Amino acid sequence: MEFAELIKTPRADNVVLHRPFEPAVEGTLCLTGHHLIFSSRRQDNAEELWLLHSNIDSIEKRFVGSLGTIVIKCKDLRIIQLDIPGMEECLNIASSIEALSTLDSVTLMYPFFYRPMFEIVEDGWSAFLPEKEFEFLNALTDEWRLTYINKDFSICPSYPPVVTVPKSIDDETLQKVAVFRHGGRFPVLSYYHKKNGMVMMRTSQPLTGTNGKRCKDDEKLINSTLGPGRRGYIIDTRSLSAAQQARAKGGGFGVEVYYPQWRRIHKSVERFNILQESLIKLVEACNDQSHNMDRWLSKLEASNWLTHVKEILTAGCLAAQCIDREDASVLVHGTEGTDSTLQITSLAQIILDPDCRTIRGFESLIVREWLQAGHPFQQRCAQSAYSNSKQKWEAPVFLLFLDCVWQMLHQFPCSFEFNEHFLVTLFEHAYASQFGTFLGNNENERSKLKLPQKTMSLWSWVNQPEELKNFKNPLFEANSLVIWPSVAPQSLQLWEGVFLRWNRPSKFLDEAQEEMRKIISDNRVLQEKVNYLRRKVAHMETNDEMQEDL
Amino acid sequence: MEHIRMPKVENVRLLDRLSSRKAAVGTLYLTATHVIFVENGSETRKETWVLHSQISSIEKQATTATGCPLLIRCKNFQVIQLVIPQERDCHDVYISLIRLARPVKYEELYCFSFNPKLDKEEREKGWKLVNLSEEYNRMGIPNSYWQISDVNREYGVCDSYPTEVYVPKSATAHIIVGSSKFRSRRRFPALSYYCKDNNASICRSSQPLSGFSARCLEDEQMLQAIRKANPGSDFIYVVDTRPKLNAMANRAAGKGYENEDNYSNIKFQFIGIENIHVMRNSLQKMLEVCEMKSPSMSDFLWGLENSGWLKHIKAIMDAGIFIAKAVAEEGVSVLVHCSDGWDRTAQVCSVASLLLDPHYRTMKGFMVLIEKDWVSFGHKFNHRYGNLDGDPKEISPVIDQFIECVWQLMEQFPCAFEFNERFLIHIQHHIYSCQFGNFLCNSQKERRELKIQERTYSLWAHLWKNRADYLNPLYRPDHRQIWGTLHPQMAPCNFLYKFWSGMYNRFEKGLHPRQSVTDYLMAVKEETQQLEEELAVLGERLANLQKLQLNGNKVKSKQQDRSKELALSASSNSLANTPQEYSNDLKSFPSRSPSQGDEEDSALILTQDNLKSSDPDLSANSDQESGVEDLSCRSPSAGGCLPSEDSGKDSDEAVCLAV
Repeated sequence: MEFAELIKTPRADNVVLHRPFEPAVEGTLCLTGHHLIFSSRRQDNAEELWLLHSNIDSIEKRFVGSLGTIVIKCKDLRIIQLDIPGMEECLNIASSIEALSTLDSVTLMYPFFYRPMFEIVEDGWSAFLPEKEFEFLNALTDEWRLTYINKDFSICPSYPPVVTVPKSIDDETLQKVAVFRHGGRFPVLSYYHKKNGMVMMRTSQPLTGTNGKRCKDDEKLINSTLGPGRRGYIIDTRSLSAAQQARAKGGGFGVEVYYPQWRRIHKSVERFNILQESLIKLVEACNDQSHNMDRWLSKLEASNWLTHVKEILTAGCLAAQCIDREDASVLVHGTEGTDSTLQITSLAQIILDPDCRTIRGFESLIVREWLQAGHPFQQRCAQSAYSNSKQKWEAPVFLLFLDCVWQMLHQFPCSFEFNEHFLVTLFEHAYASQFGTFLGNNENERSKLKLPQKTMSLWSWVNQPEELKNFKNPLFEANSLVIWPSVAPQSLQLWEGVFLRWNRPSKFLDEAQEEMRKIISDNRVLQEKVNYLRRKVAHMETNDEMQEDL
Repeated sequence: MEHIRMPKVENVRLLDRLSSRKAAVGTLYLTATHVIFVENGSETRKETWVLHSQISSIEKQATTATGCPLLIRCKNFQVIQLVIPQERDCHDVYISLIRLARPVKYEELYCFSFNPKLDKEEREKGWKLVNLSEEYNRMGIPNSYWQISDVNREYGVCDSYPTEVYVPKSATAHIIVGSSKFRSRRRFPALSYYCKDNNASICRSSQPLSGFSARCLEDEQMLQAIRKANPGSDFIYVVDTRPKLNAMANRAAGKGYENEDNYSNIKFQFIGIENIHVMRNSLQKMLEVCEMKSPSMSDFLWGLENSGWLKHIKAIMDAGIFIAKAVAEEGVSVLVHCSDGWDRTAQVCSVASLLLDPHYRTMKGFMVLIEKDWVSFGHKFNHRYGNLDGDPKEISPVIDQFIECVWQLMEQFPCAFEFNERFLIHIQHHIYSCQFGNFLCNSQKERRELKIQERTYSLWAHLWKNRADYLNPLYRPDHRQIWGTLHPQMAPCNFLYKFWSGMYNRFEKGLHPRQSVTDYLMAVKEETQQLEEELAVLGERLANLQKLQLNGNKVKSKQQDRSKELALSASSNSLANTPQEYSNDLKSFPSRSPSQGDEEDSALILTQDNLKSSDPDLSANSDQESGVEDLSCRSPSAGGCLPSEDSGKDSDEAVCLAV
């Protein structure tokens, strides 16, 4: 298909761009296959706005006389308004944008056309291989092995080809367990806690059904991970009643008598459309400038967003606490094991493992616990807060996870190597990107789309030194400890960097960031100078002494 | 001392406010000035000191098997929960505290016994740190429009005003006295802030005694004089900070507000800030939310909204913004009043000054601001903050609200203030502490009669001495050149107003960010400074060495060990290392499956006893409950930990697992 067919009017002059907190600008609007480009004609301060069509969540048009106005609402929550003279031009442009922002085929997406302008130092597609991760694990314990049982995605379509499982469990057993677990997602290793050897595993619900079916191999696998006298917790991310209801549809939960060393905890975390509704309500409240103070707080409350943040973070903390403080292993699952399960396993790792708080470690975590673990990014992030489609598979699961990470960053501002901008960038790219990283719903789809061959990885770009410096937290001091965040309502805040990003003036906050950087860099520069002089003086003094000794 | 029935009680338990399972046992002492709790335990013997003047309420609760609980709420938002073994002791402590917390004479207050070991000269110097006539000079006054008036010497015209009042040059003594007779409590219009760039000013007064139709020629002349002192403008704004309804109701009592028809060239404006009673209740409601044991997000947000607190803060800010805009952008002078002109008027004038003039955003300037708009103009500190036993209906968090407005501005403009959050919190603390004489009494007149400056010390000198603690590392002194007047979003940006947990949950450290950016950056800055010094020393030594080598001289330079490795105190990791109680489920782990069948419901309700006896293996490992408890006790600020959902329950009760 040619994009040109969709672009009826590729260019319009005398268009006026309106954005909050900035004066209106007049300029030229151009449509290309993947971008909406606006360039102002002002000579002194020419500026261009490039907007990916895939970033557009919804578009509204209205007319006053022959002046048309398009309001574009983006997945990154920004809202811009374009005044376009001429009714026909405006209609054409609006329908083109509509068509281009809702292309069906993944292979028409921009990542397949994007040619990077930078030199690739390290290919992000191969930067985080399971084999490499396993080497680290294998140096610590020999109780685990890699299995290639899923190399052709036949056992579990949403798993990667390689996963880590208990050494004592052979592939034949795994195959049987996979049949007993929703979507074939048999229990796999998610995290190994060096301090005490406890592990966190994740899976999907067992298919016990109404008559309480059991699977000896499943029991064998799960029980084999606990040594004698050890104990573990199964964290079910559904309420007991939801888990019970799931039995009617063939799902369910493990009966404790068959898993004698395991204790089940139900820690209910919301999912799917409830989260999407919550996001829509929150963004609506943030964009509504007309209401008074009381209405703002009640709308914030009614959105329930912070309630979800609190629930998810608490569940993550609970998993971490079981491992670190109770010396127990943990198995996490909900229904499919691709959403709330991943929120919890990844948050627990950030709490427990200082490596996950570095840029590299966090990238690795996203790759392992989200991309390879089969979080269906393409479905979940198809639309954002302004969509009218309300498909049941759309849900801001990943955004909620990032929000929880931001809450921790806010509470431990010196313990993370990355800054808020890094988290915001990940949010943006999960929803619309020139990179292929977040395309597809699992490794199976990615390999079919040949993403590593045909698109650029986000990590290839992020990890260049000159980009990396924008994502670094100047306050970072490696903190090897477990960090326990507070989940009290007083401690949890609205993530302004995402939700109020376009609705508040930012220059004073930017100024503060800049000042912070300056304070730290002044210190570093001076430190280097002093070290240099110290060495030099010491050197000269020893020379001096040697001369004296002669 | 005669009020202390019980100077010492042993085996008192100090409960953690949020979790009844964490309690410290120790000894309670009552002294003439403080309540002191000293924890038992050989190593730490942690001490908790509470000034009697900080106590806002004492509640004796029903005796339980473990003792008699006593709840002490403080004006600095600390809440202390004690359990005293003997009912009789508790009663004695209660009766003593009731009396000690409500002194009847100023002489009983702490500032008269507080002795920081400064000599007379130092004390006098301390009182001179803030000098108001210097401040008016800084504004450019006296000048050809404004002069100092001695009309109120000996407090002859208005006893709640200072002796030195600044008024328009054209306002004669006759006009001032005439106007004062037409104003509540004779608080005539006087200068609060003058903007020398455009001659616009902020004046303040109380409401006029206009009733439904009364007029006063001198008052009209007074306002005209204010207008004339700003030749660039042909009108002044008169801002009544009350809700219109309240102002109208006042007319029936012979008070009220200015009638535009009677005054030439005024524009009258209501800005509805609620009265002290509404504010007192609002704070009360918000503190109830802060004290909730384990609120859900909805409980918290709903309670916060319901308290109306942030709405009131925004109303005060809006009024300040309106005035600052009138002065800075329109160049129009403003007369501000409310009823008596000592609460809302003080709030609004000081917020406007702060927005207009970067000087007030420095540490010294802020002290001057409080001295100018609050202390000198007769804000009734004693009544509002209950320093002496008095009418509880007079108490209201008026200055607390102003302090919060400053914090809200600091959040929006992180580089605009020289001082940090701690500075505000400590000022709030000392407004109630009565440790320093600054905020005693209700007026300058009363303070002079008491000879406060000769008998007590000044808070400002104390803060100034420790100013390093109060610096904002992000402060940019050039901020004023770049930004000048602060322009908070005038549009209804409600989301810019946030709950201030640093103040209202001040003592629940676990609720606050675990690492302080301010402290970290201050440490870095300090280290940078030391590095600069070292750099200079090293440079010198290097030059000497080079000279020596050049001369072939073999005199050894002295070894100077200046290893100034600064351990940055950024990571207060003791905190980081303490989990909260994220779930109650954990403590009831049975080692064997309790149920034989599929009957979760019966199986999952276990009693604590049941658990302990059923599994020796596990209890040897750790008591299920303390297994969790241990985790949270370690931190000194365990108080901050998230309340457990069942913290109120008796531990013997059946624990229902969330299944």
